[in-house]
Amino acid sequence: MSEEHTHIVPYKTFAIVWIGLLILTGVTVVVAQYNLGAMNIWVALGIATLKSGLVVAVFMHMKYENRLFKLSLFAALAILAIFIGLNFFDVLYR
Amino acid sequence: MSDVTTTATSERGFFDEGQYPGIFAWLLSTDHKRIGLLYFWCIVTFFCVGAILGLLIRLELFAPGETIMGAQTYNAVFTLHGVIMIFLFIIPGIPAAFGNLIMPIQLGARDVAFPKLNLFSWYLYITGAILAVTSLFTGGGPPDTGWTFYVPFSAQTSTNVSLAAVAVFILGFSSILTGLNFVTTIHRLRTEGMTWMRIPLFTWSLYATAWIQILATPVIGITVAMLFAERIIGTGLFDPAQGGDPIMFQHLFWIYSHPAVYIMILPGMGVVSDIVPVFSRKPCFGYKAIVVSSLAIAFAGSLVWAHHMYTSGMSDMAVLVFSFLTFIVAIPSAIKVFNWLATLYEGSILLDPPLLYALSFILLFTIGGLTGLVLGAAAADVHVHDTYFVVGHFHFVMFGGTGMAFFAAMHYWLPKIYGRMYDKTIATVAWAVMVIGFLILYISMKIVGMQGMPRRYYDYVPEFTGLNQLATVGSWILAVGLVLMFANIIRGIFKGDPVEANPWGGASLEWQIPSPPPMENFGEEDPVVTHGPYDFTKAGIL
Amino acid sequence: MSGHVHKDYTGAKFGMWLFLFTEVLLFGGLFLLYAVYLARYPQEFISAGKELNVWFGGGNTLVLLTSSLFVAISITALRRGAKTLCLRLLGSTIACAVIFMVNKYFEWNAKISHGIYPGSDHLKEMQPGEMVFFNLYYLTTGLHGLHVIIGALVIAWAMFLIKKDQVNADDWVILENAGLYWHLVDLIWIFVFPLYYLILH
Repeated sequence: MSEEHTHIVPYKTFAIVWIGLLILTGVTVVVAQYNLGAMNIWVALGIATLKSGLVVAVFMHMKYENRLFKLSLFAALAILAIFIGLNFFDVLYR
Repeated sequence: MSDVTTTATSERGFFDEGQYPGIFAWLLSTDHKRIGLLYFWCIVTFFCVGAILGLLIRLELFAPGETIMGAQTYNAVFTLHGVIMIFLFIIPGIPAAFGNLIMPIQLGARDVAFPKLNLFSWYLYITGAILAVTSLFTGGGPPDTGWTFYVPFSAQTSTNVSLAAVAVFILGFSSILTGLNFVTTIHRLRTEGMTWMRIPLFTWSLYATAWIQILATPVIGITVAMLFAERIIGTGLFDPAQGGDPIMFQHLFWIYSHPAVYIMILPGMGVVSDIVPVFSRKPCFGYKAIVVSSLAIAFAGSLVWAHHMYTSGMSDMAVLVFSFLTFIVAIPSAIKVFNWLATLYEGSILLDPPLLYALSFILLFTIGGLTGLVLGAAAADVHVHDTYFVVGHFHFVMFGGTGMAFFAAMHYWLPKIYGRMYDKTIATVAWAVMVIGFLILYISMKIVGMQGMPRRYYDYVPEFTGLNQLATVGSWILAVGLVLMFANIIRGIFKGDPVEANPWGGASLEWQIPSPPPMENFGEEDPVVTHGPYDFTKAGIL
Repeated sequence: MSGHVHKDYTGAKFGMWLFLFTEVLLFGGLFLLYAVYLARYPQEFISAGKELNVWFGGGNTLVLLTSSLFVAISITALRRGAKTLCLRLLGSTIACAVIFMVNKYFEWNAKISHGIYPGSDHLKEMQPGEMVFFNLYYLTTGLHGLHVIIGALVIAWAMFLIKKDQVNADDWVILENAGLYWHLVDLIWIFVFPLYYLILH
């Protein structure tokens, strides 16, 4: 059982991540005020992905989990991407 | 069921060890075998109801025009036949019944990873089933949309689609929880020495299936939730008048329902992969190839959903891409068929009932699979789309495939669970009758479909009468076979001869413990696995 | 059962993660429709998006991010034996959930009083793309709000078990899993916020 009682994440790490998340929220709000054309949505998604990456890795302890967890998460996100992506063979060419 | 526990024989295994008195020994039990049996008998009951509805459909189609029911009744009956067979029989069928009964034992585990959640899944299944049945008698009448619930009709019909949608949501939730339970069990509860390459192929197939259950089922959940919202509060996401796109409903529906086809067939393939080596007395040919092909089917099955939609009006580009991807799925399925044949080749074949049912799986699934390629090719599909050819095709793969595998599993594992053997001669006769009836019924459907008879009508033009009557006669023969088979199984459970631990000579773990298995399956010590599941020499069978 | 009691923490957490995947795919269906309809109606999504109040969305983002911080810290606190601190943090999380829902109530209320809600006459006079946007907005934020409520109940249940010492410094996997669920609620919002409130150009 010892392998499972590893790593207590210190308060400080959480606080730093939280500040990072607030900054990124500010950035995404500011960027949205400028017209970047089609890039707006991609920048917004990029920042959201970064933020969710922080939450998953640190708040949700994914960083400290074993490979099975990481591979499974990857598989789930890949399948979601496929589900959304393949639709565009229909939507973009209709 | 609880009657069985009172039967006085020497060893009644887990039947004698309920945690609670009376019926609560079943309703509150977290033992995987008891939950498996709860599922099994519910599923068999719903199968029988669905089969009776199917017979009614065939009876209506015995002659052109109204034979025994009108158009609206017919619409409700085929919808109900589809909903019951798909959501209450085929999808939960093998995983929830035989997966629960056998999978933990095959891994050397005492139960699944989350036993309480397992029981909760069963209650969700029953709740969903009750709601589905309730939707028939309440609201504006029984749903008449077909099991696919296509908009715009399903969003507008006054029949009770809303409640049916809730039922599908709950049944999906049940399926998800079973899936996550199984994946966790297979990862965490393998006994010492049970390496990944020693897992029996049935359990491997459940692993691949469980991943599809986890990742695809939520999509049907949100889809029926949106349909529900469209009906109740008018969110109109699929309503062209509100800017919505009805074809997106079909996309979302098939994003789940096509992978669901593999939820249905993969466990069946697993059953056959387990049975064929045992009755050939040979190690499974290409064990790793079958494992990889199961995972490949699970993955590739997620890429092909829109091949149900060639005529829906989606873009030609999508037709092209999905048609191409569809052919890829055929490869891993074919790999399995070749491996089974290679396992049989030069084996010491024992023609016992489980193998017979497994062999009919291979024959019928191959026919169904090959006609599936006809449908996968866009040009051919446009010709036969929505005809009886499609109906014939999916009955070959679903009933000839998964149904036969379910019956094979029944004949293979129920003696283990109940500790009693059915009459093998009657089982063989029932099998032969069933296969003959099956072929007459569904080959007629395919031919009449090729001739252009559309599906989902209670009427047809008189030219199709001959083949339809042949199909209906086939359905009667099939029904006789089914009755004979179930009667024989049930008689065997009560009055059959007691069987020893290993009646078939299997090498996997479930055959190393008494029949019926004791509570918690194994004694004080966890089993230690030293050889593969089909290593008959090391297991001392040969 | 009979002497084989052992808690498999990794298994329990893995099961929870698998459940979270199903939640992601559930919301995935809504995001899928968002992507498809955004590609079809880019201009109308922008004009509709401007109707939403970025202060409501942004404020709720801060509330959820902070609540996530509380939950994350509470696990560390419990494992270090600071039970009271842990309970206070979890109580603050529930308070955040309440603030979020009150905020949401005012936001929806404002929209509805302007006649923008599914099936309303005003909505039906709008452009098709705008109708789709608002229908998606109500379904997505509604489903998310439901998850906020469920998440708060799960946290409350974990608090109850901690109070009874059934969840403690040596046995905390229930709190861990409750926390994972709460973080998921936050994660979904991290995507909802820019897609609905910040689509201005």
